[in-house]
Amino acid sequence: MSKQQTVPMIFNQVKQINWPSLNQFLSATALPIVGIVIFLGLWSLMAKNIDTSLGKFPGPSAVWQQSKVLVEEHNRQQDKAEKFYVRQNERNATRLAKDPSYEPKIRAFTGAPTFFEQIWTSLYTVMVGFLVASLLAIPLGILCGLSKNAYTAINPLIQLFKPVSPLAWLPLVTMVVSAVYVSTDPMFSKSFITSAVTVSLCCLWPTLINTAVGVSSIDKDLLNVSKVLRLNALSHVIKIVIPSSIPAIFTGLRLSLGIGWMVLIAAEMLAQNPGLGKFVWDEFQNGSSESLARIMVAVLTIGVIGFALDRLMLMLQRKVSWDKSAVLR
Amino acid sequence: MSSHHLELTQVGIDFPTAKGPFTALKDVNLRINKGEFISLIGHSGCGKSTVLNIVAGLHQASTGGVILDNQEVNEPGPERAVVFQNHSLLPWLSAYKNVELAVKQTSNGRSKKEMKEWVEHNLELVHMSHAVDKLPAEISGGMKQRVGIARALAMEPKVFLMDEPFGALDALTRAHLQDSVMEIHAQLGNTVIMITHDVDEAVLLSDRIVMMTNGPAATIGEILPIELSRPRNRIELADNPQYNHYRHEVLKFLYEKQRKVESVDEHRKKQTEQKSETTQSNVA
Repeated sequence: MSKQQTVPMIFNQVKQINWPSLNQFLSATALPIVGIVIFLGLWSLMAKNIDTSLGKFPGPSAVWQQSKVLVEEHNRQQDKAEKFYVRQNERNATRLAKDPSYEPKIRAFTGAPTFFEQIWTSLYTVMVGFLVASLLAIPLGILCGLSKNAYTAINPLIQLFKPVSPLAWLPLVTMVVSAVYVSTDPMFSKSFITSAVTVSLCCLWPTLINTAVGVSSIDKDLLNVSKVLRLNALSHVIKIVIPSSIPAIFTGLRLSLGIGWMVLIAAEMLAQNPGLGKFVWDEFQNGSSESLARIMVAVLTIGVIGFALDRLMLMLQRKVSWDKSAVLR
Repeated sequence: MSSHHLELTQVGIDFPTAKGPFTALKDVNLRINKGEFISLIGHSGCGKSTVLNIVAGLHQASTGGVILDNQEVNEPGPERAVVFQNHSLLPWLSAYKNVELAVKQTSNGRSKKEMKEWVEHNLELVHMSHAVDKLPAEISGGMKQRVGIARALAMEPKVFLMDEPFGALDALTRAHLQDSVMEIHAQLGNTVIMITHDVDEAVLLSDRIVMMTNGPAATIGEILPIELSRPRNRIELADNPQYNHYRHEVLKFLYEKQRKVESVDEHRKKQTEQKSETTQSNVA
């Protein structure tokens, strides 16, 4: 009986000392950490018990080890590249001193791309694909939202192509790019174009659909205001339609970027675009005892970057959207 | 002036429904003089808003038509500015920018400086000079409606249309805004058509009260001229026998002649009908 009484009393005291800030801190910081720790524990436990032909499945410590190795490799490679350029400059300088008419040739360093260079390639590729998709999807979505006829005409195509896997597009895109993009001195490599186009094809749809829905659900009063003011079509879109559908457009953009990032990894594997997808594929083909740990590093990196991209879009939305009170998640 | 300023002639409207056309309005005839303040009053669903929307050009009359200064009305335009019930300011623009948008659309060859002055002048008319840079979400309902009125005034309309402009406001705010509207009307002499549910508001503000019969096929039941001298003061009028007589007339029309009573059975029947309609439209 006495015990039953003391417990609520303690709770009362806790409440009195104004603990909500601690509570908030606990739920905001401690709980995610708890989640991660439990995950790491389960992971290392499972990893020990999985034997593959490439050795034991890597646990957290092996992955951590490999991530350090990847950083080292990157530093070493940069070092090499630096030295290469220094040597090249020296060589050119001496030749120029001997023969003033000599035009020095600058050659790029041709070492294999490091993990971090591959991350950069992936980010660059996904951004180009995503931008192209957005530039197509937003205007098309606005058109679909404004005109019921346009929507009725385009909707079947949206529904038809939306569920298509990137892997199905890829062979077609590869062949078309090889046939169409012919240049002796290409600005972009074919693998880059193929990957970016595949990303575009897959991340077109969420933006298109969300924009169309956003535009078609604009407050009727605002449309009447536009009519009374006799805004022409262009200022109607710029002054009324786009601002009021910004939240919906951003929802679409965030979904699109998430899909684009997922699609990119698959596309890079098959198109051999030198990004994270190719890294995973190469490690898999390589089949060394460290390969699985290195792939796991890539997996976690892909996750972190995907998360970061989403936060980035959220920040952009906060900046662009007029509705600061809206809860964004 | 031989012809009237604003004429509604045999105006009627049919809305297509699943069960065939529904006649909402029929044979609405009204002649309005320049500078007149007209209130439309009637029970909900009697088509008051539809009349206003037809004058605004947002709806097209199925029969008859509207003539403003010898020109037929068939599309919306700034010479027939509308104050909507829910202010309908653009939420991403400040009070100033909301009015500015209207001014830019109807600039009449004003210079930039003149436009700025005109925006500020109209915001001052509605006593909103102190909050020009506030977003609609940052000001109260009454203030939003003031900005909405400023926006409409800034278009320099020939006819000023108000669709239950104070319906969503509390009684005190409403009284303030009514005073403001009377003041502005006295100053600018616009022709005004206002929809209202409020008998006091109608008698206080109007030159004529147009009372509408219940739908379907609603039309004008009676027109009551209000011959009270202006400026009108709500406190003095509260005790004025003539004022009370007018109130009595309107109340009599609304609650005796056009009494809208639904028996419980009728109400239920309606509800089930509505439900089945909504489910049908959902399926469709």
